Amino acid sequence: MDNYKQILKNGLWENNQAFVALLGLCPLLAVSNTVINGLGLGIATTLTLILSNTIVSIIRHHVGNEIRLPVFVLIIASIVTAIELTMNAFFYELYLILGIFIPLIVTNCSIIGRAEAYASKNPVAASAIDGFAMGTGFTAALILLGAMREVLGSGTLLANAHLMFGEAARDMTIHVISDYEGFLLAILPPGAFIGLGLIIALKNVIDKRLKEPTKQTVQLPLTPKKA
Amino acid sequence: MAEKKTSMIKAGLVLGLFSLVGIGLVSLTYFVTHEQIAENERLFLLKNLQELVPHTLHDNDLLADAIKVTNTEAFGQDKEITIYRAKKNKNLVALIATPTAPDGYSGSIKLLVAIKKNGELMGVRAVSHHETPGLGDAIDTNKSDWVFSFDGRSLSNLDSKYWRVKRDGGEFDQFTGATITPRAVVKAVLKTLQYYQANKTELTDG
Repeated sequence: MDNYKQILKNGLWENNQAFVALLGLCPLLAVSNTVINGLGLGIATTLTLILSNTIVSIIRHHVGNEIRLPVFVLIIASIVTAIELTMNAFFYELYLILGIFIPLIVTNCSIIGRAEAYASKNPVAASAIDGFAMGTGFTAALILLGAMREVLGSGTLLANAHLMFGEAARDMTIHVISDYEGFLLAILPPGAFIGLGLIIALKNVIDKRLKEPTKQTVQLPLTPKKA
Repeated sequence: MAEKKTSMIKAGLVLGLFSLVGIGLVSLTYFVTHEQIAENERLFLLKNLQELVPHTLHDNDLLADAIKVTNTEAFGQDKEITIYRAKKNKNLVALIATPTAPDGYSGSIKLLVAIKKNGELMGVRAVSHHETPGLGDAIDTNKSDWVFSFDGRSLSNLDSKYWRVKRDGGEFDQFTGATITPRAVVKAVLKTLQYYQANKTELTDG
């Protein structure tokens, strides 16, 4: 149980694929201009990670070392194509927006990275959870960056929610800032780089704080009082 | 040596097996989804077309009555483009051409141009483009009303030398900070109208 908790913590925070491993930045930067776009790509990526990790783990004893990478690529490409077709059929408008980035999930290094670094060496359940944790961490990064850019760039949150949750969600859009002119830089690619940089910096600060919380309390009583 | 050979053959067989399984998975998904995908594409196109020519104005199946033409000069692409024809009681009401403006700020802009039988524009829509958000994307109807400024225009009520943006001495507004996008769209619409005028008989027949 503790093992699974560690896997989750690893995926969501300590080894977050976007903020720590810095993998999959191309889709991360390109699609994070709104929360819904980020969520859409995040879910597709998570699904791919869970399936590819599970399958790679199942076959890990049956595939020779020389051909394991081509086999992983085959597995990942098949899964992504199947997901692309499914999205095309059931979330057509979201599929049109995400466009090329759905098939490009194949090239997201974090997927083959997890297959190679984790799933090919660990049991099935742990691998599936690892895929879920890494995918959720990546999705969280997409949503966080998406929310930042959407609020700054167009003053809304959850715009176009109906593309994902159906017509009933059309009113879910939150106008955070009313009559907002828009801040173009946040929506354009440079905004994605700047936003990502700020989030990584913030995460590093939090990690540092968490590591040395006792320093001050220890030092205080040691300071000699000069009378 | 023989051992190496067997292991190579085994590896090849395993790879082949996985290819087969992958093909099987993709084919199965395709088989399950392809009808839905075709239907989505049909409905999406129909929705776009009917925004220009509402279904009250025609009674034919727009997607079924389409002609293919090739004219790189007029439509900005060297492949076949489709012209849809809206008819009521078998009389032609309007044509919807699908030209591409090849010279947008970031690549080409795909347009729908609806022309009434008399050569007057019913409307223009941009269906896909990569123009700068906040600047060039004002050609979208949810960003600005600019694209409606074509409605009702024709070659007879606006001389072709005024089919330009205002900065170039024409009739159409440009956007603050983005002249290239509207310039490209105006040019593509003008060329489509000119093509219609020159080929009116062939296009409206049948």
